[in-house]
Amino acid sequence: MNDRSKEPVSKEEGAGEGTNTDGPEQRIKNGMNRRAFLGTVAAIGGTAMVGSGTLARASSDFPGYPNSYGLLTDFTLCVGCRSCEAACNRENGLPEPQKPFDDVSVFEQTRRPDAHAYTVVNRYENPKDKNLPIYRKVQCNHCKEPACASACPIHAYNKTPEGAVMYNEDLCFGCRYCMIACPFYVPAYDYESALQPKIVKCTMCYETRVKHGKVTACAEACPAGAITFGKRDDLIKIARKRIEKDPDKYIDHIYGEHEAGGTNWIYLSGVPFEQLGFPANVPDKPPIELTKGFLSSVPLVFTIWPALFGMCYAAVRHQDDVCNEKIASHKKEEGK
Amino acid sequence: MSDEYTATVKQDNFQSWFMDKLLMGMTWPEYLRKLITPFNLVAATILSIGLPLMAIRFTQGLASVTDASNDYPWGILLGWGLFSGVPLSATGFVMATAYYIFGFKRYHSLVRLGVLTGFLGYLFAVIYLLTDLGRPWRIYFPMAVGFGTASVLFLVAWHVATYLTVQLLEFSPAILEWLKARRVRKWAMMITIGMTIAGIILSTLHQSALGAMFLLAPGKMHPLWYSQYLPVFFLSSSIYAALAMVIVVSTLGATFLRDKTDQTFLGNLDPLTLGLGKGAAVGIYVYFALKLIGVAHDDHWNLLNTPYGRWFLVEMLCFVLLPGLIFSLGVKKQNAAIVRFAAFSAVLGIIVNRINVSTIAFNWLLPNHLNHIIPPWKEAMIVLAIFTLHVLIFRWILNRMPVLREHPDYQESH
Repeated sequence: MNDRSKEPVSKEEGAGEGTNTDGPEQRIKNGMNRRAFLGTVAAIGGTAMVGSGTLARASSDFPGYPNSYGLLTDFTLCVGCRSCEAACNRENGLPEPQKPFDDVSVFEQTRRPDAHAYTVVNRYENPKDKNLPIYRKVQCNHCKEPACASACPIHAYNKTPEGAVMYNEDLCFGCRYCMIACPFYVPAYDYESALQPKIVKCTMCYETRVKHGKVTACAEACPAGAITFGKRDDLIKIARKRIEKDPDKYIDHIYGEHEAGGTNWIYLSGVPFEQLGFPANVPDKPPIELTKGFLSSVPLVFTIWPALFGMCYAAVRHQDDVCNEKIASHKKEEGK
Repeated sequence: MSDEYTATVKQDNFQSWFMDKLLMGMTWPEYLRKLITPFNLVAATILSIGLPLMAIRFTQGLASVTDASNDYPWGILLGWGLFSGVPLSATGFVMATAYYIFGFKRYHSLVRLGVLTGFLGYLFAVIYLLTDLGRPWRIYFPMAVGFGTASVLFLVAWHVATYLTVQLLEFSPAILEWLKARRVRKWAMMITIGMTIAGIILSTLHQSALGAMFLLAPGKMHPLWYSQYLPVFFLSSSIYAALAMVIVVSTLGATFLRDKTDQTFLGNLDPLTLGLGKGAAVGIYVYFALKLIGVAHDDHWNLLNTPYGRWFLVEMLCFVLLPGLIFSLGVKKQNAAIVRFAAFSAVLGIIVNRINVSTIAFNWLLPNHLNHIIPPWKEAMIVLAIFTLHVLIFRWILNRMPVLREHPDYQESH
């Protein structure tokens, strides 16, 4: 318990950095201009099949939006009160859950975000102290280069310069390839709906809050200061400082700093992340890097194949002609 | 009076056209009586269960018939219909390339069958996909509404749509001969080479793209099946899949629709089967070597002696290498029956591989994984119903159009 009450700075740190938005409009505008420009280039070029799903651009690397927002969840602070779940539910107008948010029996099962919940908290046994379970909040990690966006054939996903990965229901035809691609098993689908099924996932409160530089509903609701909202770059620094200050309490790993190319939602923990159900085998490369090689071969096949197979066709025709000529000349000689 | 006369003639013409084209020269009562066969009764039973289930799926949502969940977004509808259906439909591109581009002129009597198998295979792959899509009426969205140019699935969508059109054009001479549209047929023949090369480009890319789709999910797939060579594996296996599939389909045609074949088809079938078998054997050995390179490249030898590793070995030895060896045996003994047996086992092997990649190796780390991938009976029934429709439509076309035989009017025109 001592850990939790001891860190009053965490929220202030986050809030302080969060509101310190020196000229975000300008930066966002620049980002948009660059996007629009590159999008046009890609459309005209036609060969620019490669690029982040959010940025139709050439196959260069994308370092992520500078100054984007993020969140830091510190599992050593989380008390499992599910206030974040309740706040998220309210903020997004989601249906009332079957069990109320103060019902701790939900912890008997490991849950995942689904069509009715953008975020859930799960309970794990603490190997250091059996009486002090660890709680883990799960929601979209808002990757810097999201696999879901790389997977979507219709561009229904968009990484906003502010950091949120947004999904647009109006563009989705329901192939669910984003769910296959997401390394964190985040997007959920409402299979129950016949006419308007859609992907459901955390929006980082983009429309209502983050767009205006305001803290997300879950972070605001957290009574334990376990969720810090701020600029991602600053959150990384805060996380590093916490590990440095208390190396016995934390393992030396900020989950999301590098995983899947880096995520805007990052995590600190006192036990290895695998023990909290985090996938341990997520490469540091952004997933899109894995398909870049294949997609860059597409224009090559389009240019080389017609010539190559055209030549095969010509060679066979040529052989036929030579053969026919020989037969003809033989016949001529016989005729003489 | 003359008007009345023309009207009667027209009606008579239509009636005889209808009887000739659609009822295979029979009258309605004759035709209907001929439809009552054991095979058709089984098909009707399957459809009478499967089609209502399909209606339930479209009115009550995917949850009403599939076990699709948030962790398992794809099931047997795609594992079977798309990922297995597309490689087994490479027949059109492989046969057309062999015949028109590489000059394997002896295979003439099998080219049209290959193209038809390919066309229907793609058509039904799309039907499986439409059944699985959350909002199938938006199927055209990747072509018109949003361009996810960084997505491998974007490429697959465009290519399958384009290639479906290409294959329809490639098959159109058969339709036009059936309809006796001589002039249009001539135009259709003129674009053959162009369409064939377009078919090679599109097939190279989307066959491999189906494998490339899984490249995005390295952490979720068993490392023995995940490889950066997945696109190459999918492409190279589709080539022998096509050769084996042509043997399978021609065998079925020669057995069950013998009266729709001609002497050229039947007389050439055994030697051509041996030739295809030879090609399929080479294709299998190439694929087998590539898969070995894949294991060696990632140095995954140590994984072979694990439960999943043993299943990988079963796939590689029993469903890849063994069919290859049987092909070789059949070719060596000049025995078409052995080659046919090899072809059926090779086709089965392709299905095993695609199900392994899309279903068994995928999510292998999740608890209780193998219990999650058993398809519920309703979904299996829908798949069976779509497959039955596929067979019925295939038979409908083979019964009417010049595929297993040459149209007498056009024999000299190729």
